[in-house]
Amino acid sequence: MRKFWLSGWTKALVCLLCLVPFLNLSWRFYQNKLTANPIEFITHYTGDWTIRFLLITLAITPLRGILNQPQLIRFRRMLGLLAFFYACLHFTTWIGLDKQFDTREMWEDVIKRRFITAGMTGLLLMAPLAVTSTAGWVRRLGYRRWQLLHRLVYISALAGVIHYYWLVKSDIRLPAMYAGILAVQLLYRFGAGLISGRKSVPATRPLHPPADARG
Amino acid sequence: MHLRHSDVTPKETYLNRRRFLTAALASPFAARAETRLTGIVKSPFSTTETPTAYEAVTSYNNYYEFGTGKDEPVKLARNYHTSPWTVSLEGEVVKPKMLDLDEVMKLAPLEERIYRHRCVEGWSFVIPWVGFPLSALLKQVEPTSKAKYVAFQSYYDPKQMLSSRQAHIQFPYVEGLRLDEAMHPLTLLSVGVYGETLPPQNGAPFRLTVPWKYGFKSIKSIVKVRFVEKQPPTTWNMEWPEAYGFYCNVNPAVDHPTHSQATEVRLGVGRFGQKIKTQLFNGYGDQVASLYTVMDLRKNY
Repeated sequence: MRKFWLSGWTKALVCLLCLVPFLNLSWRFYQNKLTANPIEFITHYTGDWTIRFLLITLAITPLRGILNQPQLIRFRRMLGLLAFFYACLHFTTWIGLDKQFDTREMWEDVIKRRFITAGMTGLLLMAPLAVTSTAGWVRRLGYRRWQLLHRLVYISALAGVIHYYWLVKSDIRLPAMYAGILAVQLLYRFGAGLISGRKSVPATRPLHPPADARG
Repeated sequence: MHLRHSDVTPKETYLNRRRFLTAALASPFAARAETRLTGIVKSPFSTTETPTAYEAVTSYNNYYEFGTGKDEPVKLARNYHTSPWTVSLEGEVVKPKMLDLDEVMKLAPLEERIYRHRCVEGWSFVIPWVGFPLSALLKQVEPTSKAKYVAFQSYYDPKQMLSSRQAHIQFPYVEGLRLDEAMHPLTLLSVGVYGETLPPQNGAPFRLTVPWKYGFKSIKSIVKVRFVEKQPPTTWNMEWPEAYGFYCNVNPAVDHPTHSQATEVRLGVGRFGQKIKTQLFNGYGDQVASLYTVMDLRKNY
């Protein structure tokens, strides 16, 4: 199993799998199958996948411990960057297709509409994490500081879920489900943190430096 | 030169094609049940803008009884039974009356009215409705002097509308108009679209079409019309009063909490739709602005 997780092929396969939503979207664009309201469809689609990838990324650390597969850490950075990738697509759709580069309208949205404020917060918090995701940055910041910085991902995910919740009109099933998953993850991390504060639990502690520091 | 939808593909051709495809791909029971309406006269109230494709108008719907996804009603309402159908005219009237579908269809000559349809979510269609002025239905009864508003109620059957529970809004769906709005010549009782009876997802067998108000005011599948003295409760106003008032006139100057109403995306134009400026009263100000001369449109949104 260890060998499987450490294989470069596995990583490439997982990456390709994670790009399936993007490829599907591109295919639908090419086929002109983006529903009657393409802008809305692309916006919702990329937004959905951003939250999903954020939650998948956050699941890596707990899953390493639960499944006793510490090598899973190899995928965390890639998954986080994919979440950022989908967030950027989401953001670009908003800027280019929805707001059509109207800066005044965008600014008004950001300050007047709380769901946009929340979404923007989530995105802005992800950006420094994407930039400092390399092994070089872990070294430069020192692992403790780097780790502290990357805890922002929880705030970012929370902002994303709130962004979604504030957007929907009445049917809150999906945002509620995402909120539930995030709550479980937070509780798990909090609980694991409490335990590891007393005794060492290596399985839930991230490897340092990341096992795939070579990239 | 102005191209009309009818210039592109002959209506019969593409409808036949669609029927063939539906029949070939799905079971014969899933074939479209819409029937052609005859004796339709063109209306001077129609816009000359190009109507949105039939496919878009009938597959992208807000009909929460059949799910909150826009693509859900077309699937989940497929077997919706709209026959037999009766509508009750009641409340502040001298003599209440029940009408069945056949009687309603014969109340007035059918007109084709190509109206702009502006959704509160910021998108718009141009739809060739078939129907007649709502006033023709309302005139079937004699309102008392107390009648100031008209309250409408949609059909609701949780057994047929299984997805309605997830919508988290109260059903049956209710709407209301002031009596003068309801009697206005632009206010339509739509019985069809694109020359055919309404598909279930568009509000079969008949629905309201109030073109100067946001789409959700145009209540679907009406079973009850009640004349009342006081402003009646309306579904979205009860759900979110800060966002939805009673009037809900299209107004670019009054924002919705989650978005500006200054612009809209006209769907079906180009690859992504076309962003256009929203007009006060959805461009029907010449006909309807006089209804609201003494009213603050910002307060009465």
